[in-house]
Amino acid sequence: MGAHGPAKGLSRWLFTTNHKDIGSMYLWFSFAMFLLGGSFAMIIRAELFQPGLQIVEPEFFNQMTTMHGLVMVFGAIMPAFVGLANWMIPLMIGAPDMALPRMNNWSFWILPPAFALLASTLFMEGGGPNFGWTFYAPLSTTYAPPSVTYFIFGVHIMGLSSIMGAINIIATIVNMRAPGMTYMKMPLFVWTWLITAFLLVAVMPVLAGAVTMMLMDIHFGTSFFSAAGGGDPVLFQHVFWFFGHPEVYIIILPGFGVVSQIIPTFSRKPLFGYDSMVYATASIAFLSFIVWAHHMYTVGMPIAGELFFMYATMLIAVPTAAKVFNWITTMFKGSLTFETPMLFSIAFVFLFTVGGFSGLMLAIAPADFQYHDTYFVVAHFHYTMVAGAIFSMSAAVYYWLPKWTGKMYNETMGKTHFWVSFVGFNLTFFPQHFVGLAGMPRRIPDYNLMFADFNMMSSIGAFIYGASQLLFLFNVVRTITHGEKIDDPKVWDGAHGLEWTVPTPAPYHTFTTPPEVKESEAHG
Amino acid sequence: MYSQAKRLSQLALSPVLLALTLFSSGAWASNGQRWETNMTTSVTEVGQKIYDLHMLVFWICVIVGVVVFGFLFYSVFAFRKSQGAKASNFHENTTLEVAWTIVPFLILVVMAWPATTTLIEIYDTDDADIDILVTGYQWKWKYEYIIPEGDNISFFSNLLTDKSEIYNTAEKGSNYLLEVDEPMVIPVDKKIRFLITANDVLHAWWVPALAVKKDAIPGFINESWTRAEETGVYRGQCAELCGRDHGYMPIVVNVVEQAEYDQWLAGKQAEAAEIKQLMAQTFSMDELMQRGKAVYTRSCVACHGANGEGGVGKPIAGSPIATGGVSEHIGLMINGVPGSAMQAFGGQLNDVELAAVVTYSRNAFGNNMGDKVQPIDIYNFKKGQ
Repeated sequence: MGAHGPAKGLSRWLFTTNHKDIGSMYLWFSFAMFLLGGSFAMIIRAELFQPGLQIVEPEFFNQMTTMHGLVMVFGAIMPAFVGLANWMIPLMIGAPDMALPRMNNWSFWILPPAFALLASTLFMEGGGPNFGWTFYAPLSTTYAPPSVTYFIFGVHIMGLSSIMGAINIIATIVNMRAPGMTYMKMPLFVWTWLITAFLLVAVMPVLAGAVTMMLMDIHFGTSFFSAAGGGDPVLFQHVFWFFGHPEVYIIILPGFGVVSQIIPTFSRKPLFGYDSMVYATASIAFLSFIVWAHHMYTVGMPIAGELFFMYATMLIAVPTAAKVFNWITTMFKGSLTFETPMLFSIAFVFLFTVGGFSGLMLAIAPADFQYHDTYFVVAHFHYTMVAGAIFSMSAAVYYWLPKWTGKMYNETMGKTHFWVSFVGFNLTFFPQHFVGLAGMPRRIPDYNLMFADFNMMSSIGAFIYGASQLLFLFNVVRTITHGEKIDDPKVWDGAHGLEWTVPTPAPYHTFTTPPEVKESEAHG
Repeated sequence: MYSQAKRLSQLALSPVLLALTLFSSGAWASNGQRWETNMTTSVTEVGQKIYDLHMLVFWICVIVGVVVFGFLFYSVFAFRKSQGAKASNFHENTTLEVAWTIVPFLILVVMAWPATTTLIEIYDTDDADIDILVTGYQWKWKYEYIIPEGDNISFFSNLLTDKSEIYNTAEKGSNYLLEVDEPMVIPVDKKIRFLITANDVLHAWWVPALAVKKDAIPGFINESWTRAEETGVYRGQCAELCGRDHGYMPIVVNVVEQAEYDQWLAGKQAEAAEIKQLMAQTFSMDELMQRGKAVYTRSCVACHGANGEGGVGKPIAGSPIATGGVSEHIGLMINGVPGSAMQAFGGQLNDVELAAVVTYSRNAFGNNMGDKVQPIDIYNFKKGQ
């Protein structure tokens, strides 16, 4: 066991402070959660395959919708991007490791117990959380199953993990950049993560506050959210969405960063409008704090509030549109090839924009009275979450997997994964726009016959999309075990950035002496 | 005019739709309603404005989408390396950046104007002809008509669809899950103000054709309004997750001519007067059992089972409550068990119904307690607590 190599056996993973090991653990953990949350989605879609109750009872159905949302948001997407940050940020800024390596270990290792706790509620008396991933009081307090206390504790631990992860990322980016790596030379992935980390530090404590107030209402006789005791159920929603809206940008901003790395590489052309990309990301982050009540247009706010939140929400379209134009202009007059990461990135730009359009429609408060809490909303946020976060994450894995493992994935299988995902995804979620507009509320286990055809289509799409992820898993595992070895540090001929200057596969320790940042490597 | 806008929108969506439904294109033409792809058209002026606003924003998105995606696909196809494309090196253009910040902003202003005027109209709940208090319960709606000169009229509206249809042992009707035992009735061309609240958890009262969706929040009263311009039956559902049977609390509103409404209201008032009279009566065991069975079938059977064997709720057959003290039993019925599925029925059933159902559950299912509870007992209990 040399001083410079990893320890052997289980202790390597338990005690590791190495950003690459911890990054890998985050990635595997999040993929396991992705499969778990995905299997909940399969149960939901199986029940909704036809009208009537066939497979599960409404009570269990509600647990499935709740757990699907919680596991995907907190277990799959967020840890996946933290894992990516762990792996890539030190490599991109020329740092030997994260700034706070021991805390890094702790941030990861409290996650598995948190999710074990959350998943165990499904086996408890009264069942698991059944109040939706937004857990509105008083359904989640006075009327909740007893397991809600475990849910609250689980959310506390997840929040702690996220806050520590975010502090670590901020500390790393601020303090550990190689000489010459000024802020405006950082790759965009690093920029989007820096902004994301500030959002996390700002809003995760608010979430912790919300669940703590729930805990007090349930066990200690307070009435924060109970009108009967002088409290206010709407207060819960304000607090929740003050966390929840920045949260959706926490989920998507690192994805913006990923495609901003990949599109230039496969266009063989620098990112267009780097500065404006940074400013647009910062503007989106700022706006995310002042739009939360657009999730609450129907709670009966005064009209002044309604108008303020409508205008502010519409404004988000401006910086978001600028980003989309920049990505497309990057491809314009480039020299494009379509490896799997590029396919996922182009699909990201296309589908995320579709989600942006439905988002703009939802921003219009009077129209939202018809859209609110219908499948139109479900379609909208899956276009942004799945085609946004999951597609960009898939792109990232294919893009950096050769650097991580020193082996090339199977391109045919990767492209198959992409096309099957693309078709399955659209077949699942596009028809949901239609049933939502036609009047189908979300979170119902059963529906009128007029919604039957599109729901069946949606379920078939979901099964296809779900199956394609197994192909993804197989491809990644096969790459690690049987992949074709490569040793070109650059891997992709159009790639730029410090991560492509270290050997392939990336050694256990990199940049033990700071690299020299050349002008040509700036911006990644 | 409504149908034209609708046809236009279907035209717009149909290419996408067709692409998606190639594998089942045979079914496409057979049933228009089943393949509905657009927002329900409204029978109110405000609803029509909402619909037009929806279509305006939709079309703007379509036009922007054609331009942006055209640019995207052109770039992808025209600059393929396999076709010998050589990469340029430009990466900045301030004029362009400023232009694509300002143009979207101006487009947003175009949308914001009609959105603002429509919103102001939606918020104008003044000068209503009729006020109806809508209260959400797990999992039914209560409608209380506020009658300024006389007693209010109130009733519950429950899901009518039979379990056999839900569990696929009987064929599903065309109003599956969208039918109720007693619909709300309102007159045409009158401004109806809804005062919306909830008794337990959050609910949301939504009827797409009336363009009303408002959260029902315990402890708060929200306002909304409608003025239906066409008679007809309009259906909706609860739109806020409210627990187990969230998917099973539909809303049905009958919009009728004024004369028919007056007649309906008079009928309800006569019914109320009759119940008031019944409250003062003493009933025989047979009468109580008969009435009690009817109440049990309507309000208790879902949780406690047809033979009192229990289910979600505890068994009634041989239960310590139904075979214990009468006043504890009455208290349980009136106040429910907080934090459990057992609701407080004191405000949901009238004194005659409460007396009957308590008597019934003490004497049915082999409980045979032999005691009778009269409406006056319920009245006295409520007065005493």
